[in-house]
Amino acid sequence: MELTSTVFTAKAIYVGVIFAITLGVAAYSTYFERIFAAFFQDRVGPDRAGPFGILQPLADAVKMFMKEDFIPANSSKWLFILGPCLSMFTALMTSAVIPFGDTIDLGNGVKFDLQGIDVNIGILWVFGIVSLGVYGILVGGWASNNKYSLLGAIRAASQNISYELAMGLSIISILMMTGSLSTKAIVEAQQNGHWNILYQPVGFILFIICAFAECNRTPFDLPECETELIGGYHTEYSSMKLGFYLFAEYINMFVSGAVMATLYFGGYDYPFYETVVNSFGENVANFIGFGALIGKALFFVFVFMWVRWTLPRFRYDQLMNLGWTGLIPIAMFNVVWTGLIILLPAEFNLSSLASIGIAIAGIPVLVVGLFIYHSIAGGKKKKTALAR
Amino acid sequence: MQFWYFLTALTLISALMVVLSKNPIHSVLYLVFTFFCISGHYVLLNAQFLMAVNIIVYAGAIMVLFLFVIMMLDLRRNSPDSKTNLTKLAGAVVGGTVLVIFIAATRKINLGTGADNALYDSQTGMVENLGKLLYRNYLLPFELVSILFFVAMVGAVMLGKREAGERNF
Repeated sequence: MELTSTVFTAKAIYVGVIFAITLGVAAYSTYFERIFAAFFQDRVGPDRAGPFGILQPLADAVKMFMKEDFIPANSSKWLFILGPCLSMFTALMTSAVIPFGDTIDLGNGVKFDLQGIDVNIGILWVFGIVSLGVYGILVGGWASNNKYSLLGAIRAASQNISYELAMGLSIISILMMTGSLSTKAIVEAQQNGHWNILYQPVGFILFIICAFAECNRTPFDLPECETELIGGYHTEYSSMKLGFYLFAEYINMFVSGAVMATLYFGGYDYPFYETVVNSFGENVANFIGFGALIGKALFFVFVFMWVRWTLPRFRYDQLMNLGWTGLIPIAMFNVVWTGLIILLPAEFNLSSLASIGIAIAGIPVLVVGLFIYHSIAGGKKKKTALAR
Repeated sequence: MQFWYFLTALTLISALMVVLSKNPIHSVLYLVFTFFCISGHYVLLNAQFLMAVNIIVYAGAIMVLFLFVIMMLDLRRNSPDSKTNLTKLAGAVVGGTVLVIFIAATRKINLGTGADNALYDSQTGMVENLGKLLYRNYLLPFELVSILFFVAMVGAVMLGKREAGERNF
C-alpha cells in the first residue's frame, strides 16, 4: 500500500507539473509569437507591460476575462459553450502518453516513470485525440448560427480529415522501424543517437506538414482566413471563449512539437548521456533528459512561428490538392522505402550507417520519380487541352 | 463491476437520446458520445487496440463526415413532424414485430456462468496478440476484407470523379 501511494502522489504531482508547463509554454508562446513577428517585420513588438513586455500574456488574459461574454441570439447555447471546452480538452489530452523523461529513482527502490500512462497503444492514442480535435471547431462553428462560422468549421473538418491520412501513413513507417505502438518503446529504440530523423527524413517532412494542417497554423489556417471568412469559426466568439480557442492552438503547437521530438528526434535522448550519469548520477541525467525534450518541443514551436511569418496562405483547392494528390502518394512511397531500409541491412548484415545511406538515397529517388511523373502527366494534360 | 453498470447506463441513455432528440446535430453528438461509452467497455475488457481504433474510425472520421453532411442541410425545412397516421401505424406494427422476434430469439439463450478463469487470458486484446491472430490464423479473411475495402474505395473515387464538361456545382 505504501508503495502505491508514493507512486500515486508522484504521478499526481507529475500530472500537475506537465499541466502547468503546457499552460505556461502556451501563454508565453503568445508573447514570443509577437516578438518574433516584430523581429521578422522589423518592428519593436510588445514592450509596454513590464520589462521587455514579459507581462504581456498576463495583460492579455485580464483583457480576455474582462470583455463582455456574448452569446448570439438564435444560437444553440449549450453547443456554443461546448465548442471551446472541447477544443481545450482535446488539446490537453494528448500529452498523457508522451514520455517526458526516463525513470526517476524516488528512494526505497521505487522507480517512477516520467510519463502519464505507458499504454501499449501510445501513438494510436495520440492519433485518436488528434482526430477528435476537430469537434471543438465543428460544434462551435455550427452553434454560432453564422454562415461564415459554418464555412470555417466545414473547412476545418475537411482539412483535418484529409491531412490525417498522410499523417497516419507517416506514423506507419515509424511503427515499422520500431515494431511497437508504445511511445516509450519508440523513444527507447532511438537512444544513443539513433534518432528516427536519420532513417525517416521524408516521413518527418510529411509529418511536420500534417502537423501544421492539424493545428490550423499558417500556411494552412484556412478555417480562420480573415480575408475570406471574417474570423472563420470563431467569428461570433468573444471574451475567454475566444481565448480558449486561441489558447488551444498554442497548446496544440507545443504538444505536437513534443510528439515530433518523441517520434523523430529521440525524445529525451541527448548526447553525452553516459558521461552525465557517471559524474552526477542517473536522476540528474534523466532530469536533463526531461529538459532536453522540452527544449526540442520549444524548438518546434519556434519553427511553427517562423513559418507563420514567412509563408503566405494556401488557396483552399491548393490545400486539398497538396493533401490528397501530393502528400498521400509520397507517404505511400515512404512506407515502401522504409521496408527497404529495414530489409536490406538485415539481409546483407550491413551497419546502421548503411541504412541511413539508403534512407537518404530515398530522397533523390523520390524527386526523380515525381519529376518523371509530373512531366508525363503534364504532357497528357496539355494534349487533352489541345485536342479540345 | 459498479463502473460497468454506470457505463452501461450511460451508453443506453445516450443511445436513446440519439433517437429521441429532435435536432439531428444533437443526435450525431449523442451518437459520438455513445461510441465513447462503447470504447469505455473495450477498455474494461482490456482491449485497448479496439478502443483506439473505434475512436479513430467512428468518432474521429465517420461521425465528423456525418456532422459535416447534416450541417449542410436546411434543418428547418426537413422538420420531422410531417408523418401521417398511416406512417405512424406502419411504424408501430414493424417495431412491435421486431420486438416480438427479439424476445422469441433471446428467450432461451444461455448466458453462461461468467468467465472461465482457467482459460482466461487478460492479454488477448493487446495489439501483438491480435495481430498474430489476424495474420496467422485468419489471414485469408483478413486479406479478403482489405480487398473489399479497396473495391469500396475505388468505387467512391469513381462516383466522386468529375467527368469532362460536367458541372458539379
